[in-house]
Amino acid sequence: MTQSQTPAGFTPGTRPGEVPLLEVKDLQVEFRTKAGVAKAINGLNFSLHAGETLAILGESGSGKSVTAQTIMGILDMPPGKIAGGEIRYRGEDLLSMDEESRRKLRGVKIAMIFQDALSSLNPVLPVGWQIAEMFRVHRGLKRKEAKVKAVEMMQRVGIPGAEERAGDFPHQFSGGMRQRIMIAMAIALDPDVLIADEPTTALDVTVQAQVMRLLKDLQTEFNMGLILITHDLGVVADVADKIAVMYSGRVMEAADVYEIYGRPGHPYTQGLLNSIPRIDDEGGRLRAISGLPPSLTDMPPGCPFNPRCEFATDRCRTERPELRPVAEGHLSACHYAEDVYAGTATRTRRPSPTGAGMIDVSEEAPQ
Amino acid sequence: MSLSVPAAADPFADKPSVLEVEGLVKHFPITQGIVFQRKVGAVKAVDGVSFNLREGETLGIVGESGCGKSTLAKLLMRLEEPDAGTVKFRGEDFLSVKGDELRRLRRKIQIIFQDPYTSLNPRMSVGDIIAEPFKLHPEEKPKQGIRNRVKELLDLVGLNPEHINRYPHQFSGGQRQRIGIARGLALNPDVIICDEPVSALDVSVQAQVMNLLDDLQKEFGLSYIFIAHDLSVVRHISDRVGVMYLGKLAELGTQEEIYTGPSHPYTQALLSAVPLPDPTLRGAREQIVLQGDPPNPANPPSGCRFRTRCWKATEICATQEPELISRGQITQLSACHHAQQNEKIIPAHS
Repeated sequence: MTQSQTPAGFTPGTRPGEVPLLEVKDLQVEFRTKAGVAKAINGLNFSLHAGETLAILGESGSGKSVTAQTIMGILDMPPGKIAGGEIRYRGEDLLSMDEESRRKLRGVKIAMIFQDALSSLNPVLPVGWQIAEMFRVHRGLKRKEAKVKAVEMMQRVGIPGAEERAGDFPHQFSGGMRQRIMIAMAIALDPDVLIADEPTTALDVTVQAQVMRLLKDLQTEFNMGLILITHDLGVVADVADKIAVMYSGRVMEAADVYEIYGRPGHPYTQGLLNSIPRIDDEGGRLRAISGLPPSLTDMPPGCPFNPRCEFATDRCRTERPELRPVAEGHLSACHYAEDVYAGTATRTRRPSPTGAGMIDVSEEAPQ
Repeated sequence: MSLSVPAAADPFADKPSVLEVEGLVKHFPITQGIVFQRKVGAVKAVDGVSFNLREGETLGIVGESGCGKSTLAKLLMRLEEPDAGTVKFRGEDFLSVKGDELRRLRRKIQIIFQDPYTSLNPRMSVGDIIAEPFKLHPEEKPKQGIRNRVKELLDLVGLNPEHINRYPHQFSGGQRQRIGIARGLALNPDVIICDEPVSALDVSVQAQVMNLLDDLQKEFGLSYIFIAHDLSVVRHISDRVGVMYLGKLAELGTQEEIYTGPSHPYTQALLSAVPLPDPTLRGAREQIVLQGDPPNPANPPSGCRFRTRCWKATEICATQEPELISRGQITQLSACHHAQQNEKIIPAHS
């Protein structure tokens, strides 16, 4: 794979001389549970500029949805607790802001689309009314004006017969159309930042293609910063500019999309890319990552990925690796990031045949 | 573009059929009224599906939600009774057998469900869950004792046999799916119907379960019907693939035929919509974005069911229903009047 396609001068994270639209610094979020304190987010850093698409990629439990909820300020507290860090919108810290000023930003400047459109819409109100509510509450428009605006938005997101359908209820729409209504609500007030939390996971693949195309078009039109939260490596490759790979509440690797797919610098990212079946490859046996993600209440010392990593050494089991650059604009939280990046890391273990555990390479009899 | 994919030798061509399905139909009635329920229509969930499954083979069934995939699975298990059609298991008519005969055949066809969280009884220990098939089928009681057999099964699916007394909530999603697989294997079936077995799992765990299914198939010579909506997963695991649309098969062929030279416009659209995990291919592929949603299965379009969303549709499509047959030089079966292979949908992976 080539990596020459990386746009010149593109550095993920920072653009010199420009205040980012959104900047997350060392964010830490915890949950109090019966089993102890679960550290859902453990020192998260990223920034987002206008017109950029940042994908947050991770498996369930990696903290991607909690990240979205914290940025939006809709995290349930308690049991959640923001234990530290900053979230800056155009330089202003959202976390130290009072609720009144925060509400003026929420949904207006920073908007969000959820995975499950059916449970995110109010089932007993017409969809037109729900979209119009945005204009009535935040813009102070009269009912009639707001209704006209709502229909405009519905047309904008490609709902056929918008005028007649504005009076319909959510259950009368198909999954793809419901997601379009969610998008209409989210972009109604022309936000700067749009957070899409698994926007197409519940949709069929042909509908997914329609919705992703719509999101991309709207982003270009409104020059929004888009945070796409997903576990789907295919969708990410199609639309993202830069990617942050999350695992156990930490960013394991961050770089632009061509780097991540072309030359991953973290064993977890490598493992993920190797383990997915590809539609353009009939392939043989999949190279699965063995084991399971760690429990958030009982994190292994050192690197959270060490129990599943093929390159893990004693250092990985004791010392937590920090996110550091391996190449220009490419960050990785691995002690052996340079070797992994160059493809010269030493394999210390291999997955057991059942995929449940690891076998030490050194314990095996030399052939 | 006409001659294309060299018809790959079918490794299962001389294997006997385990399941033969012919013209399977299931309509669910739509009723109106509370006391006197009048039938006002029917949802044509499965509307004439035919295929065969050969020994040791995996037949993948793909399609979007609502196309009838899961109803098909239930019909093959006789969890639903079909309105028409036949299902033969090794030549025996599976649909007309009753009593002991039915129980004997049922042992041979098992199912693995999608959701590992709801398909295991939370109040039963793992040992009891996997031993339950032996209670229902005492004739199959293992010689070495049920508990030993359960431990064997746990080991087989990559779980620790010492965890036999644990409960489902103590396991992760991937491990629970392994429990479901162990239960499916208990009675030494010939056929396992996998209804979206990996869709609820994370990517890294999904690969483990797919490898496990692969290993078990090789070890026990199982035949799988693998139902899923993820086209990459289906390609990976299947020998042959059937594409379903609104209760009918649109195309049926070997994995290679379907993915490298799809001939039905629906298959082409479906495949072109799958995003590839490779940013360098952005914009390099022809993308067919279908307009609208699938029609209502209670009132499917006349003629070809796909014609309302098809860019190739002509008059004949509205009047004459295309049969699932092999057309001209196209080796796979295609239910389209204008079937034409397109090799450019999925670029060859280097």
